[in-house]
Amino acid sequence: MKYADEFRDKEIALGLAKTIRAETDPGRPYRFMEFCGGHTHAISRYGLEDMLPDNVRMIHGPGCPVCVLPAGRIDMAIRLAERSEIILCVYGDLMRVPGSQGASLLKAKARGADIRMVYSTIDAIRIAEDNPEREIVFFAIGFETTTPPTAVMIRLAEKKQLSNFSVFCNHVLTPPAMQNILESPDIRNIGRVEIDGFVGPAHVSTIIGTAPYEFFAEEFGKPVVISGFEPLDMMQAILMLVRQVNENRHEVENQYSRAVTRDGNLRAKEEVSDIFELRDQFEWRGLGPVPYSGLKLKRAYARYDAEVRFGMNELCVDDNPACECGAILRGVKKPVDCKLFGTVCTPETPMGSCMVSSEGACAAHWTYGRFRDHQQRRAS
Amino acid sequence: MCLAIPAEVTKLLPDEMAIVSIDGVSKEISVALIENLAVGDYVIIHVGYALTRIDPEEARRTLELLRELSLEGQGVAP
Ligand code: SF4
Repeated sequence: MKYADEFRDKEIALGLAKTIRAETDPGRPYRFMEFCGGHTHAISRYGLEDMLPDNVRMIHGPGCPVCVLPAGRIDMAIRLAERSEIILCVYGDLMRVPGSQGASLLKAKARGADIRMVYSTIDAIRIAEDNPEREIVFFAIGFETTTPPTAVMIRLAEKKQLSNFSVFCNHVLTPPAMQNILESPDIRNIGRVEIDGFVGPAHVSTIIGTAPYEFFAEEFGKPVVISGFEPLDMMQAILMLVRQVNENRHEVENQYSRAVTRDGNLRAKEEVSDIFELRDQFEWRGLGPVPYSGLKLKRAYARYDAEVRFGMNELCVDDNPACECGAILRGVKKPVDCKLFGTVCTPETPMGSCMVSSEGACAAHWTYGRFRDHQQRRAS
Repeated sequence: MCLAIPAEVTKLLPDEMAIVSIDGVSKEISVALIENLAVGDYVIIHVGYALTRIDPEEARRTLELLRELSLEGQGVAP
């Protein structure tokens, strides 16, 4: 695949690993959080951690939109889907996410709710056109990458004068969540994670650009390197972070310059700001309510807002108390520290959302990392 | 959910849609988020939308830099 395979070259990766090793100071820790689930996935999949010196540690952050969706929002969607007039359109990754008491969209579908998996918001529009007598609700979820497609869909629904179409909006923003990790009050309960720098999200940054991260570099004194998702991209980004730490710098640097600019995608940003506005707060699974971190439809588009249209009530559900997702999302604990990991909680039967999405820390570790644990145990 | 892949634009369609090729497999996607796209451009696609264009010159520069950086740790002057 062009623009992918070239960035997976093993020889270059091994060379980069040597350079990283040569430049790290063995006497100090380097703790870098990759915020984005895509990076977590790449690190596990290509075994990047094995190539890094022991004092360079990657901390898997909360950056998977499926993983941070609270159970209450899943329950709200299930209630909606159980109404006979409604067809609920969802991205496939959402089907297994646990709501309260083991409920999920998959189970609701098995019980007869009309829930359809879509690949793109365009599919949802087509379903609405094909079923004029039904109400089509799109379960919108995701960070800054999936928000513009939702905005385009609403604009399209308006253009096509679809009156049977609305959106259950769960879009969230990355910078407020990053800030929450660094300064939230309940970090006292979970334990503070020490972070020396961030690997900044690749695709989120194609939309919002690198500029929003300048705040972190300045306010928190943390280096941020925006990185692509291929293994060489990540290795280069880690080297760039090591160099910033060594030189006592904290700047925003852009490793992924082939796709990301400082300002991002202006057209996409415009679409989003035309249609959405900030919620005062939005709940994140594992992080709790995060101020100004979620989006809702502007009043002018209320007719497309499923929460208004169907009078949906906010449902708040406590997470399974044994699930350590909250600590894992903040990088305070690792998947194996959760006693449910691999026993009752597997990708087939996820208890928490970190196990649901392939980009979640628990699922990534389940798929690619647990054999390494086994080998390490045998070696020691 | 965040996984996205590079693809080549092979045909522009009406209504801001396009056909892209991913390793020879064709897919119809929306290009509503990108201006002035041309056949032969590479884009990053995610949930059926092109999010951004890939800049070939920047990609070439990054690869060159990666090669240099990978030699530095081996005591070899690039
Ligand atoms: S293993 Fe399962 S229950 Fe434990 S933290 Fe991960 S997702 Fe939650």
